[in-house]
Amino acid sequence: MEILRYAIYRFGTMLLTLLVASVLIFIIINLPPGDYLSNQIAELKASGQSAGVAKAEFLRREYSLDQPLWKQYMIWMGFMPGPHGFSGLIQGNYGWSFEFDRPVAEIVGDSLWLTVLVNFAAVMFVYAAALPLGVLAAARSRTWVDYTTAFIGYLGLATPNFLLALIMFYYGHKYFDLPIGGLMDPVYEGQPLSWDKMKSILIHLIVPTIVIGTSGASAMQQRLRANMLDELGKPYVETAIAKGLSPARMLAKYPLRVAFNPFVADIGNLLPSMVSGSVLVSVVLGLQTIGPTLLTALKTQDQFLSAFVLMFVALLTLVGTMISDILLVMLDPRIRYEGREA
Amino acid sequence: MAPLLTVENLTIAFGKGEPVVRDVSFELNRGETLALVGESGSGKTVTCRAVLRILPRAARFLSGRILFDGDEGPLALNEISERRMRHVRGNLISMIFQEPMRSLSPLHRIGNQVAEVLWLHRGMSEREAKREVLDTFHRVGFPDPERTWRSYPFELSGGMRQRAMIAMAMVARPDLLIADEPTTALDVTTQAQVLGLIKDLQRDTGMAMILVTHDLGVVANMAENVVVMYRGRVMEEGPAEPILKDPVHPYTRQLFQAAPAIPATPHPVEPPPEDDLILQMRNVSKTYTLRTRNPWKPDMEIRACRGIDLNLPRGTTLAIVGESGSGKTTAARIALAAEPPDPGGEVLFRPEPGSEPIAVHALNRAARVAFQREAQMVFQDPYSSLSPRMRIEDALTEPLDIHGIGTRAERRERAARMLKLVGLNADMLKRYPHAFSGGQRQRLSIARALMLDPSLLVCDEPTSALDVSVQDQILTLLEDIRDRMNLSYLFISHDLAVVARIADEVAVMRQGLVVEQAPPETLFYNPKHPYTKALIAAHPTPDIERPINLKLVALGAGAPETWDEPFRFTDTVIPSLVEVEPGHKVRCHA
Repeated sequence: MEILRYAIYRFGTMLLTLLVASVLIFIIINLPPGDYLSNQIAELKASGQSAGVAKAEFLRREYSLDQPLWKQYMIWMGFMPGPHGFSGLIQGNYGWSFEFDRPVAEIVGDSLWLTVLVNFAAVMFVYAAALPLGVLAAARSRTWVDYTTAFIGYLGLATPNFLLALIMFYYGHKYFDLPIGGLMDPVYEGQPLSWDKMKSILIHLIVPTIVIGTSGASAMQQRLRANMLDELGKPYVETAIAKGLSPARMLAKYPLRVAFNPFVADIGNLLPSMVSGSVLVSVVLGLQTIGPTLLTALKTQDQFLSAFVLMFVALLTLVGTMISDILLVMLDPRIRYEGREA
Repeated sequence: MAPLLTVENLTIAFGKGEPVVRDVSFELNRGETLALVGESGSGKTVTCRAVLRILPRAARFLSGRILFDGDEGPLALNEISERRMRHVRGNLISMIFQEPMRSLSPLHRIGNQVAEVLWLHRGMSEREAKREVLDTFHRVGFPDPERTWRSYPFELSGGMRQRAMIAMAMVARPDLLIADEPTTALDVTTQAQVLGLIKDLQRDTGMAMILVTHDLGVVANMAENVVVMYRGRVMEEGPAEPILKDPVHPYTRQLFQAAPAIPATPHPVEPPPEDDLILQMRNVSKTYTLRTRNPWKPDMEIRACRGIDLNLPRGTTLAIVGESGSGKTTAARIALAAEPPDPGGEVLFRPEPGSEPIAVHALNRAARVAFQREAQMVFQDPYSSLSPRMRIEDALTEPLDIHGIGTRAERRERAARMLKLVGLNADMLKRYPHAFSGGQRQRLSIARALMLDPSLLVCDEPTSALDVSVQDQILTLLEDIRDRMNLSYLFISHDLAVVARIADEVAVMRQGLVVEQAPPETLFYNPKHPYTKALIAAHPTPDIERPINLKLVALGAGAPETWDEPFRFTDTVIPSLVEVEPGHKVRCHA
């Protein structure tokens, strides 16, 4: 029950943080002088196309860009009625993209959940790879096992992701017949989800997952190894051995549990670095994730689109942090009982 | 019948270094207790770990045989496979470690950790194992076994954790228990109770024990046979009684002389005159508030010190003695102005005889800096109180640097002088702390504290991390420089015997209150308070004829609500400190 209470409390703070993040995002996006439309109007006026100017002026009013900044924010969030009543983020209206001349929801559409999918797969890969390697390296520290994993790890850290992507595409295609680029076969694009589409997505996921996850896994592996080595020197490990536990059971039950904490706490940090770090990779790999869209939106000052994408990344980060916090509380009684102890 | 354990010509080295255990042999019969006695570096811990084969990876087993002849027939422990060894560990031979705080996993419930032994070796079901474990918890003295089963280690006190460790070691009914300094990290009254418990359990189960200790008093209370080790070699061995009564080997004799003892035939003395007080604590209390996370529950208050009145005459030593959590360190920190007391309390300090007292908690910045020059501190742990990245010279001259005293050359000259004063060589100035032993480091800490030429030194358990013979040397040094430099000491300790030789007056604290206060001789001659009596009774003396009186210990070490009527106190009713004879105060209902 304590955990449930904590989860509710943690959810509340997450919402608050998200609210603060939305304010910051909105301010930062509006820091550069002008906006997409005023830039365009200036351009149109310079080239003498007054018809376009009228349309742009209309859009400015339509999206309340002529209002003071705080009002714009309130209308964007949906806290205040705009020209068409309450219609903001919390009402589910993500705004209009001027660059693409389409609603934001339509542009991000598929790429939203594909981003989540790619990053989830990458996080899973990070954990699946780092956990056994880190534990093995610690248990066999200063042997060839340790040195080999460390070597592979440093290689993973040092190789630029786009380079790794190209190499993996080449050899993946040559030897395993893996598809090149994209997140699904083009025939399935825009199709409803089916068994075949899922299979296609899964096969396409293999290379991006490894590419995006490798450096994270290497760093995590090294961190876990260091944590494990610290724990292996602690007296309770000796107690466990003196009980007659076998090495594997001892490792899994005692030091790993303790060394796991920083491991879990990293979920929150992994997500944003992967989203922002995978922009280049997404471009190279031709992934339909949200990264490339964010890049375009920021460049053209397409404010509603970029604000929405940033909000989405913020949400992803906060959810990740919340999950890791709740997991920590479940895993570690010392955190759970803090404050209760006399 | 063959002995239960035979160790023959054991020699172990680390890496390519010199052997740390050389040619060690001993035997242990069923049901008997063998004490391995020695100071740090004597190889006693390595020897007992070699029996269970849980040595560090760098250790090399050079020669020797370890034969174990338990219920399952003879086994050569140094030869059998690792798989069979796992069958021995925890099952036929189990072990208790020194630090109960860190020897239990912080993330698993006590019940799970103890029952694991039964799941492993007896193949018991969860239910059977739980019944057995609860039974064992009851036997080692947990009042509520069910609750202990559900507890995490950090919810228990040190003594209770050690009981849990004992339960873990006992639950599979091994033939041999190896206890590596099982009570060194515990308060003296808790130590007495834990030793009593181990002895009882041993009598009930007929199990043999190897007790590793540095304390001859513990040996006298526990062991039939003794092996005295020094630098990896056996110095003396045999039945405990003759060795303790008449040690032959000079090293054993040296251990005896160094062991702090409560003097046997003391007599009451006059307390030192109180005309020139360097430090005065008046009505000092300290309350800490613990925030609870639940906003509906009131915050918890912890009263670390309650109404402490203490006077320290110039040139003397006032000792504060108490168990962990008694408030003794808080009192010392307040005396040093490291923390403010609750409103209403004050600490007065007189830098010169006859000068106006200054209230150390009402000072402006400049005056506080001046006060800090006069009052310095020596810490408990010489290993962590010196920065490993600073040369001795820098560590020593840093205080002068901070206070802007002298030129570089003068500072260095003073550092060299202080090193000589504490018995080290001036040519050690360029070294780093890791080049020094524990005792030498504590000398360095003392030298650093003396650099500013203080008049008051607060020593917070300065010897409790040291070996007995080193402790002896440090105490001698402290006495010597006190008399030479006319220093005054506020000496914090948990050990009455240590304080016995150095203090002019002792204040015994319990739960933030001074319960008895007198010169040490008076205190030992005529202890009034049950807690003081328990402290004295709990101190293990290296004399087989004077075993620990567990009944006295239990009477005084319990909660204050259980003390005899005149001394009893509760949260609301607290008796006041009454002077029963000149210079002897006791907290009781007069």
